[in-house]
Amino acid sequence: MSAVTRSRPRSNPVHWLGYGLVGIVVLFGVVSFFWTPYALSDMAGGRLEPPSAAHWAGTDRLGRDLFTQLMIGARIALVVGCGAVLIGGVIGIVTGVLAAFATRVADDALAAVFDILIAFPTLLIAMLVVAAREEASLGTAILALGIGLSPIVGRITRILTKRVLSKDYITAARVSGTGWGSIVFWHVLPNIAPFLGVNLALQFGLAVMAEASLSYLGLGAPPPNASWGRMLQEAQGTVYTAPWGALLPGLALFALVIGINLLADGLRDRFDPQRRDG
Amino acid sequence: MALLTVETLTLATADTVLVEDLSFTIAPGERFGLIGESGSGKSLTSLAVTGLLPRAITPSGRIVLDGTEVIGASERALGALRGRAVATVFQEPLTALDPLMPLGRQIAGPVRRRLKRTGEASAAAVTAEVRKLTDQVRLPDPERLLGAYPHEVSGGQRQRVAIAMALACRPKLLIADEPTTALDVTTQAEIVTLLLDLVRDEGIALLFISHDLGVVGQVAERVMVMRNGRAVESGPAGQVLTAPRDDYTRSLVAAARRFDDALEGRP
Ligand SMILES: Nc1ncnc2c1ncn2[C@@H]1O[C@H](COP(=O)(O)OP(=O)(O)OP(=O)(O)O)[C@@H](O)[C@H]1O
Ligand SMILES: [Mg+2]
Repeated sequence: MSAVTRSRPRSNPVHWLGYGLVGIVVLFGVVSFFWTPYALSDMAGGRLEPPSAAHWAGTDRLGRDLFTQLMIGARIALVVGCGAVLIGGVIGIVTGVLAAFATRVADDALAAVFDILIAFPTLLIAMLVVAAREEASLGTAILALGIGLSPIVGRITRILTKRVLSKDYITAARVSGTGWGSIVFWHVLPNIAPFLGVNLALQFGLAVMAEASLSYLGLGAPPPNASWGRMLQEAQGTVYTAPWGALLPGLALFALVIGINLLADGLRDRFDPQRRDG
Repeated sequence: MALLTVETLTLATADTVLVEDLSFTIAPGERFGLIGESGSGKSLTSLAVTGLLPRAITPSGRIVLDGTEVIGASERALGALRGRAVATVFQEPLTALDPLMPLGRQIAGPVRRRLKRTGEASAAAVTAEVRKLTDQVRLPDPERLLGAYPHEVSGGQRQRVAIAMALACRPKLLIADEPTTALDVTTQAEIVTLLLDLVRDEGIALLFISHDLGVVGQVAERVMVMRNGRAVESGPAGQVLTAPRDDYTRSLVAAARRFDDALEGRP
């Protein structure tokens, strides 16, 4: 046991698949700022054309290029996912850690609030946020999704934090006079990060998919923004005559969600010294 | 004046009394042993001394550590007390060290806090002090081990690191809660010797908790025997462990003797 293994983490091909999938989506999202095959609302082709050299992913009911929409959709998916996870993560982690440290009454109260909010449909929260801001926009959708997922992050953070706080090394740190701030930053956050990271990746996927539902209700990004969720929804009437219109955004969504989860797994293995050698 | 005074300490949850009417004192530099079977309340007593009882457990009675009342003290007052007056070494060194932090940084934490109090916490001063501590606890190959994570080193090495962290505070009282139970016999002996040497050299008082009579006899000057949350006997170690007056202590001593005899092959 005394042999110290300082070896580099073994790279796992499955994790590379994750980095690859996310990398491709990021690449398309970034390129879409500078270049797309056509303009978003350019009705450049015939209606419902299958994939061809002129339209790599075919066209929609109005003859707009689907590959262009897919690229813009990649950008929107990333913005929605990152934004929602950032907002929900910050609110959730702060309240979760506070709950774990709070007096018993406050802790029970916060735990109950988390549970009630989790039972509250995200869509309902989203509608309330939209109503409060009096307009549907991408920003409103992100804010709504972030608020919607914050109680899930809060609940998990609270439980993970309590588990870490019950460990001897926390007691040892407290006996030696370590303040709460240092305990949170040096001991609690690093030790909950591996689990929390995987959960946040999951939330990222859920947020991207929930944005599709919001768009469906007209609460997401307004047209002509093409989120993958809206592409799916617009293609649902023509799924038998032009299946690629639904298939491609569906696949893209699937690839991004899978990719993010594999990536989170990979990052956890890379940064958790206990998993590194195993 | 006593460094630690515990008077009629009672620890209870809403429906059970876990420790009842416990009194003892520890003088500066004295080595005090707390003996008792599993569940007798030894660890709870030590947590009460540092003001770190689980929320569900309410203390009553009186605890005075280095002139400060512990029961009812504010978290701020306790924080100051903990940093300078008392430190703890736990039973299981694997859980007593942060699994995600290299050992060197874990020792550096309390060192930096102490040096800050005295004003001079430069990186070089901290590193020098960490090296001094690793020498003191005779950590082998410190260059390598200080960069390692807890799961990468042996149990004995982990316990040496935990002791170094406790010493880093320059405490007046060191609480060792079964510090050798998780270790193999040879390592146990090394760690006990190390602890003894250190508290003697530094003049630190020791509260040594164990259910191993042999070890307690080797370490402590005075002992107290606990059973079901109550003290059944206390006095000089030599007297209690060789000529116990209480029935329970007598049965413990007899059991320990039978165990030793069995080990050495005597009938
Ligand atoms: N948080 C808690 N809430 C309620 N009861 C507790 C709690 N912690 C410990 N106890 C109880 O208090 C009693 C004393 O526990 P303690 O940990 O002090 O025993 P111990 O003498 O240290 O035993 P061991 O030798 O096994 O470490 C036990 O019966 C235990 O079940
Ligand atoms: Mg114990």
